[in-house]
Amino acid sequence: MKINKFYLVLFLLALVAPTALYPVFLMKVLCFALFACAFNLLLGFVGLLSFGHAAFLGTGGYVTGAMMLHTGMGPELSILAGTVAAGLLGAVYGKLAVKREGIYFAMVTLALAQLAFFFYLQSPFTGGEDGLQGVPRGTLLGMFDLSDNMNMYYFVLAIFIFGFWLIHRTIHSPFGQILKAIRENEPRAVSLGYNVNDYKWVVFIISSALAGLAGSTKTLVFQLASLTDVHWHMSGEVVLMTLLGGMGTIFGPVVGAGVVVTIQNYLSGGELGNYIHIIMGLIFIVCVLAFRSGIVGEFQKMVKKNF
Amino acid sequence: MKLMKKTVLAVAMSLATVTGVQAAGVSDDVVKIGVLGDMGGVYADIAGPGSVVAVKMAVEDFGGTVLGQPIEVVSADDQNKADVGSSIARKWIDDENVDVINGAVASSVTGAVTKVMTAAEKITLIAASASHAFTTKACSPFNAHWTYDVVALANGTVKPMVASGKEKWFFITADYGFGHALEKVATGVIKDNGGTVVGGVRAPLGTTDFSSYILQAQSSGADVIALANAGADMVNSLKTAAEFGVTEMMDVAGLLVFTQNAQALDPAIAGGMKLTTGFYWDMDDQTRAWSKRYMERMDGKIPSMAHAGAYSSTMHYLNAVKAAGTDEGKAVMAKMKETPVEDFFSRNGYLRKDGRMVHDMLQVRIKTADERTSANDIFAIEKVIKGDDAFLELSKGGCEFAMAK
Amino acid sequence: MATFLGINLFALSGQLLVGLINGSFYALLSLGLAIIFGLLKIINFAQGAMYMLGAFFAWMALNYMGINYWAALILVPIVIGCIAILIERFLVRPIAGEDHLYSLLLTFGIALVLQGVFTHLFGSSGLPYKIPAELSGGTKLPFMYLPNYRAWIIVISLIVCGSTWWVIEKTKLGAYLRAGTENPQLMQGFGINVPLITTLTFGFGVALAGFAGVLAAPVYSVSPDMGSSVLIVVFAIVVIGGMGSIGGAILTGLLMGVVEGLTKYFYPEASATVIFLVMVIVLLIKPAGLFGKEA
Repeated sequence: MKINKFYLVLFLLALVAPTALYPVFLMKVLCFALFACAFNLLLGFVGLLSFGHAAFLGTGGYVTGAMMLHTGMGPELSILAGTVAAGLLGAVYGKLAVKREGIYFAMVTLALAQLAFFFYLQSPFTGGEDGLQGVPRGTLLGMFDLSDNMNMYYFVLAIFIFGFWLIHRTIHSPFGQILKAIRENEPRAVSLGYNVNDYKWVVFIISSALAGLAGSTKTLVFQLASLTDVHWHMSGEVVLMTLLGGMGTIFGPVVGAGVVVTIQNYLSGGELGNYIHIIMGLIFIVCVLAFRSGIVGEFQKMVKKNF
Repeated sequence: MKLMKKTVLAVAMSLATVTGVQAAGVSDDVVKIGVLGDMGGVYADIAGPGSVVAVKMAVEDFGGTVLGQPIEVVSADDQNKADVGSSIARKWIDDENVDVINGAVASSVTGAVTKVMTAAEKITLIAASASHAFTTKACSPFNAHWTYDVVALANGTVKPMVASGKEKWFFITADYGFGHALEKVATGVIKDNGGTVVGGVRAPLGTTDFSSYILQAQSSGADVIALANAGADMVNSLKTAAEFGVTEMMDVAGLLVFTQNAQALDPAIAGGMKLTTGFYWDMDDQTRAWSKRYMERMDGKIPSMAHAGAYSSTMHYLNAVKAAGTDEGKAVMAKMKETPVEDFFSRNGYLRKDGRMVHDMLQVRIKTADERTSANDIFAIEKVIKGDDAFLELSKGGCEFAMAK
Repeated sequence: MATFLGINLFALSGQLLVGLINGSFYALLSLGLAIIFGLLKIINFAQGAMYMLGAFFAWMALNYMGINYWAALILVPIVIGCIAILIERFLVRPIAGEDHLYSLLLTFGIALVLQGVFTHLFGSSGLPYKIPAELSGGTKLPFMYLPNYRAWIIVISLIVCGSTWWVIEKTKLGAYLRAGTENPQLMQGFGINVPLITTLTFGFGVALAGFAGVLAAPVYSVSPDMGSSVLIVVFAIVVIGGMGSIGGAILTGLLMGVVEGLTKYFYPEASATVIFLVMVIVLLIKPAGLFGKEA
């Protein structure tokens, strides 16, 4: 009950937020929050560190962008196409990556993502270094003109809530319980007769499809899909968001995304733009050494201890 | 495509109704110029921080106010990334009342930024980009393309070389819009003059090792290797060519060489190379006087053509605001196109209907070590190319709105 | 020109040689990673940044202190090794007992900071470093003009890789190292200072990257991004070779350089991706890697 009230308050806040804050900024936070939540499904709940999640974000973005630019399809179908494409790529990459564990898993995903990066750099449909520019936002259900920032915001909010709900459901389903068992003690899960690699694979697909959904939405918001979204920096960023917010917590990635996007927003316009990587690197180091549960994780610990 | 145009139009119209088109006067009581550039990347030396200084000089020289309102300059780093550039532009327009953007170097960024600006009916002064797309197929009534473009470069550099009997060409091309455009235009010039292109490779922006590309060029049997890249890429590819002894076997033509790049190169490698530029600091008294003031603010660094173009375009813009009595994009652009552009940078210049600023270009030769009298003594001017001969004709560009009337 | 079955042999040999030069760098970097992994079981994500640091230190030594290339080739790796020892002692060791993913993230953070600092100080456009006078010029081979410096890269990195392999596989010190990898507790029991060996190993593995950086300075322009792009390729090489053997890391590095060279001749469009594609194939056929020992 308490949790439900908490979500209700957040939902109401999200509804009125664009009257106080710049809507494009809020949409960016929501897109990255969804991206980080999708990533956290792997890292936080199965213990798999994917260092190549940018590939799925970018795939969603490029496919959606290309659909909007070159076919007559509306934003709903284009986003769906982007999500499915990212899920399919996730199916292929996941199949390969789950063959290795731990650090190797991270290196394999990073290398596979780099493969995707070069593919998008060279293939003609992405516009190479130019990216896909001037992607129209279109009209939702033929009724709502998404070029209006407010309409777009509520659309993005709805997508985020859907993605968040799906992750929530996955974790709390019987399937999610098995994932938890794999994370806690993989050999035991194997001895109980679970085909661990298949479970990992399925959750990898879900995670990559949701990352693709975030990328598709982001492309519509910024009307642009570019190489930044498939670059390894982006894969690093989502790790940072999750780590900072608290991996393995439902809400941590959202907080982490909010903090990181705010920092970037604050730094990018000014003289401090150059410091962005230094600051992100320092946050990484501090998180790993002293702050491993992240903001939400530490907060939960504090609440448990004191109340 | 049709859908996109409709949306852009719709965005533009809805913005116009929201803000209410100002009939006269200055919006928000300030004229704000946003300078967007590569502040720390491969193009930082040829545009970037120096362009900010140049724009600020123009504002000061203009008097700091226009129509009784202050002129402000803000700047940001686009990191040569289209998404970063367009989101800064969007933020500037939505949140910070920026009236005009000067800058954006990489053509990918310029493309994205001009789309955002056009939708908001605000002017982009393009002073450093090379692609001619912004006044041809991607033209907009709100683009003003200063300084130079790929057509002027190809006409100035390639044509005389083909005419002198260097007929077989090999391209090393930067793999993005600018490089592709330069390669395409230069290829056209080569073929029109009876030459052939025997091969080419595309290298990503910021490639560190050009050795395998140079070897491909070497085995192609070409007379000339054309470097359709810029900045550090151009410097690195030329250095590698020299390292592998290619410069002794065939000619290397740098299609876009900024003064700073020529300065960074060993005169033993680059001396004698001919190229085309929109400006050279040591041309005459006028250019030297301005450059001296610029160098005082930049620790003695000489200005590039992009820096001079940033000053010239800002000054022309501010004069037009004054003449139009408003900072509203359409009216200012109309004035800019009415008035000739004549200053230390631009000779016989005018802003054409399609947004191309046509002015005289220079064909120069990089001086050898013996010829140089100082570290800043880099080019010898060989020939002045008349603006109308250098740039693409309006009728050939295919810019729809400019050809309609 | 010599051709065989439509293949331009001169051009092909040229590309193979350039591939071997790149392979030399891959070999040095993946050797460093393999040595560190052997004893510490961690992957040093900052290996690329240390390579970058090596190139920058060489540049700074020349321009600020007048230290020439030859001195830098010895001094810079030592300095970088010392930095690595501090990093191991104060940052890596405190989390030694945790999941190894944390050390990966920690070193990733270090890499970001280093890259950011040097971008801030020097910009990202790259700095020139002159080829030392002793090695300027080149030799005319029948199929290409080989710059002397490039030949030097191949020779010296083969020497360094070879002697490292010899020390680890054939000497008593190497035996300690290998034993420490297998069973650190037992080694400690024999009175061997395992933490010290661990720290020194980390220092040496990273110093190899610094050495590669100095070696690279004259041919690749010295820029803050030079490490990150090569590191991801080296990661793929590590996956291809497997972490089982020192010799495997060296061989795979050289081999992949050559494969890249071949691709540049036959199908240049794929030259940036070919190593990743090889990784995919290896994962399908022999997931543990070509020289990997684990199941």
